[in-house]
Amino acid sequence: MYKILHKEILSEVNKLMVIAAPEVARKTRAGQFVIVRVDERGERIPLTVADYDQEAGTITLIFQEVGKTTMHMGTLEPGDELATFTGPLGHPTEIKNYGTVVCVGGGVGIAPLYPITRALKEAGNTVISIIGARTRELLFWEDKMRSVSDELIVCTDDGSYGRKALVTEPLKELLEQRDGEIARAWVIGPAIMMKFCAATTEPFKVPTIVSLNTIMIDGTGMCGGCRVQLTDGAKFVCVDGPEFDAHQVDWNLLLARQRFYLEEEKQAVEQWQHRCQLEVD
Amino acid sequence: MTELTNRERLQIPRQTMPTQDALVRRANFDEVALGFTLELAQQEAERCLQCAKPLCVEGCPVEVLIPEFILALREGDIDGAVRAMKEKNNLPAICGRVCPQETQCEIKCVLAKKGEPVAIGRLERFVGDYELEHHVCPLERATPTGKRVAVVGSGPAGLTCAVDLGRLGHDVTMFESLHSPGGVLVYGIPEFRLPKSVVHGEIDYAAECLGIEMHLDAVIGNLYTIDELLDGQGFDAVFLGTGAGLPSFLRITGINYNGVLSANEFLTRVNLMKGYLFPEYDTPVKVGNRVAVIGAGNVAMDSARCSLRLQALRSQESGEVHIVYRRSPVEVPARAEEVHHAEEEGVIFDFLTNPVEIYGDEHSNVCGMRCIRMELGEPDESGRRRPIPIKGSEFDMDVDMVIVALGTSPNPLVFNEAGGLERTKWGTVVADQETGRATKPRVWAGGDVVTGAATVISAMGAGKRAAADIDRFLRGEINPW
Repeated sequence: MYKILHKEILSEVNKLMVIAAPEVARKTRAGQFVIVRVDERGERIPLTVADYDQEAGTITLIFQEVGKTTMHMGTLEPGDELATFTGPLGHPTEIKNYGTVVCVGGGVGIAPLYPITRALKEAGNTVISIIGARTRELLFWEDKMRSVSDELIVCTDDGSYGRKALVTEPLKELLEQRDGEIARAWVIGPAIMMKFCAATTEPFKVPTIVSLNTIMIDGTGMCGGCRVQLTDGAKFVCVDGPEFDAHQVDWNLLLARQRFYLEEEKQAVEQWQHRCQLEVD
Repeated sequence: MTELTNRERLQIPRQTMPTQDALVRRANFDEVALGFTLELAQQEAERCLQCAKPLCVEGCPVEVLIPEFILALREGDIDGAVRAMKEKNNLPAICGRVCPQETQCEIKCVLAKKGEPVAIGRLERFVGDYELEHHVCPLERATPTGKRVAVVGSGPAGLTCAVDLGRLGHDVTMFESLHSPGGVLVYGIPEFRLPKSVVHGEIDYAAECLGIEMHLDAVIGNLYTIDELLDGQGFDAVFLGTGAGLPSFLRITGINYNGVLSANEFLTRVNLMKGYLFPEYDTPVKVGNRVAVIGAGNVAMDSARCSLRLQALRSQESGEVHIVYRRSPVEVPARAEEVHHAEEEGVIFDFLTNPVEIYGDEHSNVCGMRCIRMELGEPDESGRRRPIPIKGSEFDMDVDMVIVALGTSPNPLVFNEAGGLERTKWGTVVADQETGRATKPRVWAGGDVVTGAATVISAMGAGKRAAADIDRFLRGEINPW
């Protein structure tokens, strides 16, 4: 069992948790993920780490309550325990001094982007970051992102904070203004956002890395449920990724595969909400 | 009871084990074979001729004392039968269910020459189940040696190796990447063939008796490398029993559509995650109305039979499940009993049929599969007749789910930074067949990670041989490197 040491409510749907997992923390690097299971009947879900502290022996996770498992997890408090916490999984981000890089984070994707941005900055890169969310309430870690970026652009879809724009807009402007200067881009967020960011950087031939979050069970290459179609063949997100060349990803198939269990997810959420309602009554 | 003559013993027919009726069981996940009662077991035990040179023992990879346990059983000394069994086999309730006895011990039984062999497997299961319930013969630990062994993987090979090493007095820690020990016994083999309570019962009992530590959620290669286990973590030896967990997919168009699953994924959702109990359990599992399972090994049979059950549980009355196999019935690699059970339950077999393309609809969901008819040519390197496509025989199958059960290869994660550990071009570990020694000092390996996908009992045999060699090494009797 893995104890929750600390919890922060970042917004109504975004929660931060610090988990005691000294063995995992010892080995975790930016870009890797863990598999979490809330209780004995729980589903195994992948979450990319938002931060890690080897000395404290902790891993920080940030998750958005979108399904039954994340909703359930959101009700846990410090002192509660997770049934499963496996990691670190996947390859770490390839960190080196590329020159000038752009880091784009959307919504809850800002969380895994942060340790990557920090590592890139520490490696000597000039880092320009763009973070965005649907609305002000869903934005978090602006300060942390600013502290590891040379320049930070903040936007919201509805204009409630920062610039009223999708992240693709400042990204495109940046690419136009500094054509040839930007060596590489990282993009983490909802699949649809990553798809459009990939389309934005492609004409500028800027190598773009995305971190994919697909359906998976074991996280070790056993089930193949996470497979993604790249131009040079299918890969497993869990063991070959989670980071891939954005310009190679078959985004439409990826989006379709993410929706495979939509019906069941809806059913599970309804049942969960019903159960919560009964407990309130 | 008066002693029977051999002539009288030969008159007793082989006892049949009660099973759930095919039409009933295809709608539940309960165990198919219900096991012998004491009466049936003793009646069957009377058939054994107690050969002076028992050939059955030669056929058993772990050399179970077959005549001894059967004799004790028929004399009414069930505790004695358990003790005789556990001399060699630490996990009889599991082996009694999943060993292919018909090609190992029973095929060698002298009775098999003229009639039907003694039902050794069913008797083994009876004894194993009795022990699980009564715990009459707890495994005993020899004087502690103070030596520490890391066993990586808690499937059949690792479990057997760990239990033998524990009995010999070594401190054993098992590392398992999933949240439950048992490997393929829990994620692969379905509840109706091997109830998970049996697996957990055997493992918990053995681990408790021998003080085996179980480190779950530990992906070796990532959490610790093999070198870190040997050095930083201070283990004197490492046994790799990580199996062959990596699925292979066909290289055909449409293989990544929604609704094309590896048998591993499908079975893991059903078995390990208990997806058939969704939404009581959180992990969903879908089943098509028309399922095609590609392949005809035991894993394919398990996938087909799970599909049938899910269709029945979800009232998909018109559901159909097909086994699509490119060779003929003669070449089917699954156990005869599994094929028979699958047929009884209503699985449809499409032999000499090979998929060439999977069709998807506008949501990228599977909506059909193009196949081609095959014919058998000359034998290939495997000795089986090579299937050859018949030109122009393509046809479309109306399917909405495809399960790919075409064999697996070792998961490479465990080999991260494992310098000096030689592997074959198929990704399997190079290890001595007799001792399990790998090319890297203080590392042994056995089971599917060495052989590629094979059987539970052959993995157990490898685990056992490696344990004996590791013991010799830890006692300083040998130093092979």
